[in-house]
Amino acid sequence: MHPAFSVIFLTTLIGVGQGLFLALFTGQFYALAKLLPAQDSQAFYAVGCVLSLGFLLAGLVASFFHLGHPERAWRAMTQWRTSWLSREVIILPITMLFIFLYGLAHFMGWNQPWFVLADGSLPVDTTLVMGMLATFATFLLFICTAMIYASLKFVQEWYNPLTVFNFIFLGGASGFTLAAAFSAYAQANMVSFYGMWAVILTLAALLTRGASLWRNRRLKHKSNLQTAIGIRHNKIQQKAQGSMGGSFNTREFFHHKPEKIVRMVYWFFLLFFFPIPIALLGASYGIESVYLPMLAFVMQYLGLMAERWYFFAEARHPQNLYYQAIA
Amino acid sequence: MDFLTDAAGIKTMTQLALIIDLNVCVGCHACVTSCKEWNTSGWAGPMTDFNPYGEDPTGTFFNRVQTFEIGEYPKTETVHFPKSCLHCEEPPCVPVCPTGASYKREKDGIVLVDYDKCIGCKYCSWACPYGAREIDEKQKVMKKCTLCVDRIYDESLAKNERRPACVMACPTSARLFGDIHDPDSEVSETIRESGGYQLMPEWGSKPANHYLPRRKNRITLHRDELERADNPLKKEGILPEPPSDQKTLDETTSW
Repeated sequence: MHPAFSVIFLTTLIGVGQGLFLALFTGQFYALAKLLPAQDSQAFYAVGCVLSLGFLLAGLVASFFHLGHPERAWRAMTQWRTSWLSREVIILPITMLFIFLYGLAHFMGWNQPWFVLADGSLPVDTTLVMGMLATFATFLLFICTAMIYASLKFVQEWYNPLTVFNFIFLGGASGFTLAAAFSAYAQANMVSFYGMWAVILTLAALLTRGASLWRNRRLKHKSNLQTAIGIRHNKIQQKAQGSMGGSFNTREFFHHKPEKIVRMVYWFFLLFFFPIPIALLGASYGIESVYLPMLAFVMQYLGLMAERWYFFAEARHPQNLYYQAIA
Repeated sequence: MDFLTDAAGIKTMTQLALIIDLNVCVGCHACVTSCKEWNTSGWAGPMTDFNPYGEDPTGTFFNRVQTFEIGEYPKTETVHFPKSCLHCEEPPCVPVCPTGASYKREKDGIVLVDYDKCIGCKYCSWACPYGAREIDEKQKVMKKCTLCVDRIYDESLAKNERRPACVMACPTSARLFGDIHDPDSEVSETIRESGGYQLMPEWGSKPANHYLPRRKNRITLHRDELERADNPLKKEGILPEPPSDQKTLDETTSW
């Protein structure tokens, strides 16, 4: 498949935004359980939500560049019964709304508990309710985004539950790394907490992405030239594809990059998403520096973009069987 | 979708389709140009071209003829393969459309795109294993074969012209058009009797369009079939011709 930059930015940016929100809310949960010091509502949670919303908004803007008619984008909300893309279009603004309300509740200091659970130890206030709703929406968004790809059964590289786990863990890991960078910047003393979770999520992503890479390498494609044109012969060669200068089919479904570049992107993403951020986050345990977690996030985001590029490049669409020779 | 079904549970609605005979197609591209000519100026147009006479010509087509070489020299065979939307009975491109612009008509099974609803997200093209959909780079909406829906019901045309432009244009009659749900239609009979098959059956999309395979007519003759055993001349002792290992009269004399 052709890796379109609009889609690469959309999926990676909203992944970071979702992950960052999950990190913020996880921090609040730990603070609630008195495992971590409580953070300042305005300076930490509200600003963190603005950052998260910034990433989600940037992703949303990027997605419009993928459309031929962005002015009709609202129509994409209508087919939620059957289309994962439609579901994503609905859940993305809902997620943003709940994250916004979560940040707003922190900003306005709406800390008055609605009711109290667990013998007075768990006061449920607006931030907690909005945080729960936003968490739910965030996970739905991860699932919808991934299912856009994972539901295409004949793109066999994608048609697997691993795709969903990859989107959750890759997005989550980058978001938690950003949270570590953000708390270092905000001097919130949460760097090691977020750093630890970022490393755990990065390792989880390594497990699932590694599994999907392994699976894709030994994948047997169901379609071949014989089934594509229905002629039983072991040796079939395309001589003409019905156009001389290429077509939509040759542009949309091929990455048109030499194998060398693809291998380079492959190693780049493996290096920049997994070991480098882990090493930088690990180093920030010992060396107290604002810049180490920030650098870790920048490296990991570059790695994430490369991962998404490779995700498209490695997918082989069966229509390509019909477009092997221009002549 | 709610289809009418008969007692055996078989869908009884109309499903219009093309049957393409690979044994007859000569790869002349008349169907391609005729399709483009009719549709670019009609209901489904325009089908924009870029650089039509330049270095990298490209544009929107609903129908393309591809060419494949089967086998290895000298035992090769050239197959011309016309390729357009197959109007699947279970079209994978339709449910993925986020706006409902892609739809399958219940009336006749034609899969169409509503250009006014299409947002040009290209997701339907990803969901088509055949690569039958092409985005129009000028109008920025997804386009595809309509089975000439603006011809086949046009009562201002003569009855034999109410057929898709590609079918009308084919000089070898390699393309048939009809209802494959009607068991007695010409297309249904042809599919049954001439080995009509579907492309990539492995995805369960049930393409309505069928292809007819290359076929060679051969007859196997045995030696005893060449010599008539019960020839009455033999009974009368007059041999009609000498046995095959002897010279004939023509070979022995110059008359």
